[in-house]
Amino acid sequence: MLTDVDSAAFAVFLALFILVTGMGFVASRWRKPETLAHLDEWGLGGRKFGTWITWFLVGGDFYTAYTVIAVPALVYAVGAYGFFALPYTIIVYPFVFAVMPVLWKVAKERGYVTAGDVVRGAYGSRGLELAVAATGVLATMPYIALQLIGMEVAIKALGLHGEVPLVLAFLVLALYTYSSGLRAPALIAFVKDIMIYIVVIAAIAIVPSKLGGYGAIFTAADAAFAAKGSGGILLSPAQIVPYASLALGSALAAFMYPHTLTGIFASSGGNTIRKNAMLLPAYTLLLGLLALLGYMGHAAGLKLASNNDVVPELFKTLFPSWFAGFAFAAIAIGALVPAAVMSIGAANLFTRNFWKVWVDPKVTPAGEAKVAKITSMLVKVGALLAILLMPTQFALDLQLLGGLWILQTLPALVFGLYLNWFSSTALLAGWAVGLAGGSWLAWSDGLKPLHGIDFGAGKVAIYTGLLALALNIVVAVVVNLVVKRVPQQRLSGEAAE
Amino acid sequence: MVRLLLLLPFIGLMIVPFYNIREPHLFGFPFFYWYQLAWVPLTSLLTYIVYRSVRRAD
Repeated sequence: MLTDVDSAAFAVFLALFILVTGMGFVASRWRKPETLAHLDEWGLGGRKFGTWITWFLVGGDFYTAYTVIAVPALVYAVGAYGFFALPYTIIVYPFVFAVMPVLWKVAKERGYVTAGDVVRGAYGSRGLELAVAATGVLATMPYIALQLIGMEVAIKALGLHGEVPLVLAFLVLALYTYSSGLRAPALIAFVKDIMIYIVVIAAIAIVPSKLGGYGAIFTAADAAFAAKGSGGILLSPAQIVPYASLALGSALAAFMYPHTLTGIFASSGGNTIRKNAMLLPAYTLLLGLLALLGYMGHAAGLKLASNNDVVPELFKTLFPSWFAGFAFAAIAIGALVPAAVMSIGAANLFTRNFWKVWVDPKVTPAGEAKVAKITSMLVKVGALLAILLMPTQFALDLQLLGGLWILQTLPALVFGLYLNWFSSTALLAGWAVGLAGGSWLAWSDGLKPLHGIDFGAGKVAIYTGLLALALNIVVAVVVNLVVKRVPQQRLSGEAAE
Repeated sequence: MVRLLLLLPFIGLMIVPFYNIREPHLFGFPFFYWYQLAWVPLTSLLTYIVYRSVRRAD
């Protein structure tokens, strides 16, 4: 297992990993609550995270380890098209600024912990609540599995073989998440984010000087795509609508996920969120520059077995081994934060919107925390088993569908904050049709995210999630017009003010 | 009305054909890249302007 390991890289990696593990367990005493046996404390860190903690937590949680691996890999493979992550992670913030403080306020006033709680409060519908909660859990599971893939790439780059290191790392993660709840990833996020900033800043400052500057990097990438006969450093005409629609659809979906919403609900106030919408783009700048590592891979003339290896190989080739170890540790630790928050978000949903509703309505706050802790363990074990037992492509396909699914909860979660018009029946119908129709389209397209539509002047490919959302909204409006004729009993849009 | 500034990043980044070009370069970056990167600080700035006007509303 330890044959091709560079000792300096491994020592740095191990030291950092032990540091964050210690922090994970100590976190239960950080900003110590009266008790951790309450979902507000275990699952939301007491809803007291100020601007900086939220910035590190949401930044560490939204820009995942998988992003660090996959975005440069996509840019390496296809060029400009892989850059859609940049407009996506820019336009997401005006949306966050406008919508999330309203959502936070409702959640705070009524003690809501999850999206399912918000929907039940607004529409009084157990069915819609369950739909939103189940979608959240289903969409999150493959997302956690993806973090494991990111971690696997980093561990493999270090020269460690076999599955033991991955299993160990995940076990440790599961244990401290169990004991410290959201405080653990919030504390570890400080280390993770600072490490990632150091790695990326070093890469974008040092790598170009070794490769002849940015001009030479773009030229080399351009030549590599020309030689390959596909991809390019500009979009082809057929890629323009896919690029824009993927960016828009992903931006709308991003903060519907349980892990990002958990970061929002855990913050201390509306202005904390607004300030973060202003400050979080710093990570987007980082991501944009990180994406360029894909082109640097071409300029450095790397020969890769898999596109996912572009970032690790670049560091191994161009940096001393101790710094490569630091970079791999940054990626592996980078996987821990989102994986922890995702499992907490999924556990909160299961506890509040399934267990409490359908199994044990009289559950105490301490009982809720207990159920959530155990669920967070099971969710992580499930993701680990999925990665160990199933083909990687399965997780990637499910993650793609997960994005489409979670986008279908937007009308139920967001419309009620502003409008008092939709009924739960209409939203549930829209959700069902959007989810089923979108999944069917994606399936019939061979699990590709784009669906071709003929507008008369040739086919245009659009992000399937966005098409499904349009279908969802149309169905919701039509069904609502029909049911409006029947007198409705509604909990009068409690959330609207 | 100041909130409408939040729509500018959407418009600026959804008009893909406008910026899907090489020239002019900046620091070796083709226009496609630096134009989109430039929207990052610009979006923060616009958000800040809107923030200053809504902060008092809370």
